[in-house]
Amino acid sequence: MDDQTNIRWPDVIYDHFKRVGIRQVGYVPDAGHSRLIKRICDDPEIADVVLTTEEEGVGLVAGAHLGGQRAALLMQSSGVGNCINMFTLVRNMGFPCLVLVTMRGEFAEFNQWQVPMGAITEPVLKLAGFLTYRVEEPGEVDEVVAAACDMAFDGDLAVAVVLSQRLIGRKRWTK
Amino acid sequence: MLERRKLVKDLLIDRRDLMVVCGLGSATYDVAAAGDHPLNLYLWGAMGGAAMIGLGLALAKPDRRVAVLTGDGEALMGLGALATIGVKQPGNLVIVVLDNGHYGETGMQASHTHGTTDLVAIAKGCGFPEAFALTDQAGVPRVRELMHTGKGPILVNARISHEETPRVLPVRDGHAIKQRFMQAANARVSA
Repeated sequence: MDDQTNIRWPDVIYDHFKRVGIRQVGYVPDAGHSRLIKRICDDPEIADVVLTTEEEGVGLVAGAHLGGQRAALLMQSSGVGNCINMFTLVRNMGFPCLVLVTMRGEFAEFNQWQVPMGAITEPVLKLAGFLTYRVEEPGEVDEVVAAACDMAFDGDLAVAVVLSQRLIGRKRWTK
Repeated sequence: MLERRKLVKDLLIDRRDLMVVCGLGSATYDVAAAGDHPLNLYLWGAMGGAAMIGLGLALAKPDRRVAVLTGDGEALMGLGALATIGVKQPGNLVIVVLDNGHYGETGMQASHTHGTTDLVAIAKGCGFPEAFALTDQAGVPRVRELMHTGKGPILVNARISHEETPRVLPVRDGHAIKQRFMQAANARVSA
């Protein structure tokens, strides 16, 4: 994989958001998603909604869908834990819920406080009714995010893309 | 002190194409008691989520009006949403908190608003251009008007008495509620 692909995977996600017509993105500021967040904030066609906690984003996505717009959520693995009860909305109303999760608490994690939630992030998503697709390499982002977008919005499904810490860790994203 | 059933009924008179998100518990029953409507989004769970559903809807439908009617307990569970809404400044969103200072669904235990918490001050602190307490019947027509034309985001803290009211139970199937709401919300030009 060349360096450009390594760096540009957030742009690939952004391009898929545009392809499927996402108009609202909820996020809690996150280093792993920082490039994608910047792209979204720079786009006047997408409402960027900075959240105080990830569970707010589940309500946001529900409201967007009810109003006829597509939305997506960006969060870190710890944020999945914050969402659990609010995922009730997804299962009870059956709307598309696309979540992109940047992992902490796994490969090369320096902070053990991230590990308990990171270790159960995928199982929690599955228990809450999400299909989960994990990405390890920058070269996989395009295909996996494309599939996730299509399944979420064509099938009214809850789909999570789990972006591994190994993927994110290819760059030094903390100082 | 206002009586919740009469207040909600008065607020929803001639509601036109107003979209109403109802917080779980008593707020959902109050809105149902005022008259079933396809543009009522009844919540039976997801406590703390009503205001954010209102925000997503308000952003998706900038030419329409969105009202969130919810209780003090539900609003308290999602206080961060007021900060989030304050940042986005949706002009078409009004939140009415039916505040009896108690958790009606669980045995009328006192809530934080019965004690020290001031939702009006919090909303103002979050950048809501308008936030005030509604304490008497004389103020009701103005709130109703603000729901239809006021520049949001607006928070109205409606001080209601905490007598228990009979439950009025609307449909509970979330898929059915969603489907009916979306058909009405996305088909209607005007009512």
